[in-house]
Amino acid sequence: MRWIGDNLDVIGGHLVSHLLLAVPPIVASFLLALPVGWLAGRVRWLRAPLLSAAGLLYAIPSLPLFVVLPLVIGTGVRDATNIIVALTLYGLALMVPATADALRSVDPRVVDAADALGYGGVRRFLTVELPVAGPTLLAGLRVVAVSTISLVTVGAVLGVPSLGMLFTDGFQRNIMPSILAGIVLTIALALVVDALLVALGRLVLPWTRPAAAAVVAPTQAEVAP
Amino acid sequence: MSVFSRRTLTAVAAVAGLGVLAACGTSDPMGTSPATTDPGAATGDTTLVVGSQAYYSNEIIAEIYAQALEGAGYTVEREYQIGQREVYLPELEAGDLDVMPEYGGNLLQYYNSDAEVTDTASIVEALGQELPDGLRVLTPAEASDQDSYTVTRAFADEHNLTAIGDLAGINGLTIAANSEFATRPYGPDGVQQAYGVTIALTPVEDSGGPLTLRALLDGTTQVADLYTADPAIADNDLVVLDDPESLILPQNVLPLVSERVDAEAEAVLDDVNAQLSASDLQELNAQSVNEQRRSADIASEWLAAKGLA
Amino acid sequence: MNYLLDAFAWIADPAHQAGPNGIWARLGEHLGYSVVGVLLACLVAVPAGLWVGHTGRGRGLAVGLASAARALPTLGLVTLLGLLLGIGLVGPMIAFVALALPSILAGTYAGVEAADRVAVDGARAAGMTEWQVLTRVELPLGMPLLIGGIRSAFLQVVATATLAAYVGAGGLGRFLFLGLRTQDYPQMLAASLLVVGLALVADIAFGLLQRFATPAGLRTTR
Repeated sequence: MRWIGDNLDVIGGHLVSHLLLAVPPIVASFLLALPVGWLAGRVRWLRAPLLSAAGLLYAIPSLPLFVVLPLVIGTGVRDATNIIVALTLYGLALMVPATADALRSVDPRVVDAADALGYGGVRRFLTVELPVAGPTLLAGLRVVAVSTISLVTVGAVLGVPSLGMLFTDGFQRNIMPSILAGIVLTIALALVVDALLVALGRLVLPWTRPAAAAVVAPTQAEVAP
Repeated sequence: MSVFSRRTLTAVAAVAGLGVLAACGTSDPMGTSPATTDPGAATGDTTLVVGSQAYYSNEIIAEIYAQALEGAGYTVEREYQIGQREVYLPELEAGDLDVMPEYGGNLLQYYNSDAEVTDTASIVEALGQELPDGLRVLTPAEASDQDSYTVTRAFADEHNLTAIGDLAGINGLTIAANSEFATRPYGPDGVQQAYGVTIALTPVEDSGGPLTLRALLDGTTQVADLYTADPAIADNDLVVLDDPESLILPQNVLPLVSERVDAEAEAVLDDVNAQLSASDLQELNAQSVNEQRRSADIASEWLAAKGLA
Repeated sequence: MNYLLDAFAWIADPAHQAGPNGIWARLGEHLGYSVVGVLLACLVAVPAGLWVGHTGRGRGLAVGLASAARALPTLGLVTLLGLLLGIGLVGPMIAFVALALPSILAGTYAGVEAADRVAVDGARAAGMTEWQVLTRVELPLGMPLLIGGIRSAFLQVVATATLAAYVGAGGLGRFLFLGLRTQDYPQMLAASLLVVGLALVADIAFGLLQRFATPAGLRTTR
């Protein structure tokens, strides 16, 4: 374990890079999934193809995606943009079905009530449907956050700094503490971000108390990978 | 009448802000977008970007180059652990990297997989023609890190092995190596032709790393393709079989550099390479693997010992 | 997009299809690893999920464990197990099981919990034992969600099973790594397309299974 003490600065640097790479795709997949998920919920014939496409995105092996994506979007393999776009695609694979589910679960009577009050489409979506779907959206976002933080490590194979570099370097040099530190910190980072999202959820959705949340039926979001 | 409270909106704004902040932050602190120094300003205090492969030994050599250049007054930016050639060579070609420790044979293979040269001098010559405009290689070091047919001491004694050709006639041989070994001139087809050795490939994708070593030590395979600067060879008393037909491509260490490396910087790198011997590289690697020391410490000690600091 | 066409051409080339190193053999290996990994995960996750869902005990623990397992980086696990176990299938198989566990666990307890409480209480009132409540009411009602969990797990393992080739085993990863290392991008892309194709077929099969497993009385509400 002396290795860890001697390399705290290296580990800390990787931790920061890791977080900076993980946050944009988490935010982006949440925001981008809203219109797509809304479409999937509204336009009946689009639903099945959109959800299937989202599911298949997740089946693309990550290493070739990181190598081939730059040819499509015109970045370098090691550009942060490349990793962020790839991880956003994986995030969408999880978030689109969760969003579609969440928006569909909004009681139609609530929507009707908003219509009756004279709410326009956008206003109704932002101020009624979105908050009511909030808890389910949050559940989906938590899954996206955790799996994105885990997936960032794959970029290390291509030389994008993250905690994953503790795996590749530790493996080559046969330094077990390096790999273990990487695994523990990745999980810890994921759990911390998850806890922050829960706290944020309480702030944004104050009407869902923990006790009430337990009653809400688990959704597809919790089942998704 | 809004369901959203003001608190809610503040929180949403905070999240959005965090996203923007992170998006901005990604460009620099991660160091993934190398310095864009104006190539025109090459005189005076020049900044050179030194890169390394995702290979600890390559990082040590890169760090030696970096410190030597700093000693000569250059400002150096470090971009270490950049995957493999398919990742960093395009960056060199684009001018984002200036100095990269390379291995002659494999570099030539990347640009021309049909090249039929087997000695370092002709590899350097061939590279002169194959390399893209703006890139060149400098004088190679004696140190090399090349593929090998390596066996355990016990297996060598049992079959009286000193050279690859001695493997001929042994049945059921397998070698642990990366999958591309099958396509190399010194792969199974090559040794069949040159030495009459029949050997099957067990693909292990860690480039002669711990899995390849373990396959050999476990007896899963009888032969392993370890790189000759690997300290595991000495540590485990392994036998690297001789290659009298020079089938295996030499992989002498040489810097691949951009046009921004001027004559003075070239002289600095030449001085380093002139002193980097094969045994030195093994010793440097051993310090990294066995003593788990950092590349920066290993490099500065070596430079001091050679009077290059 | 030329690469993509080349990749399809690579797959269509009969020379790449037959034999022990051919597409069909590798596809079979790949499917085999995925099925075994998911089955092993089911052996652990389904009973655990049923218990958590039925008793309501340990839910917090199950959610936490599933979350931690989801955060477990596969690359870290594979390198760690590589150092510990050397080459062979055992290391990657442990990683596949770890990867499949959270989805199956969550799907199982979510399925059991989602069973209509009125139906469950009714079953108890009718004199069913707890075992009967679980196997005759909660499990059938929760089956679509349970299969949904296995479906997600399977897709994930199919995508990750390419790593088996890293440690000397077979599967579609063999094409992927050889293509990557020799800059043969059509071959690498072909491997990816085959993985996605395998996932597509599996996804459709699971979708049918899910519909088939939905109790008749519930189908109209879906």
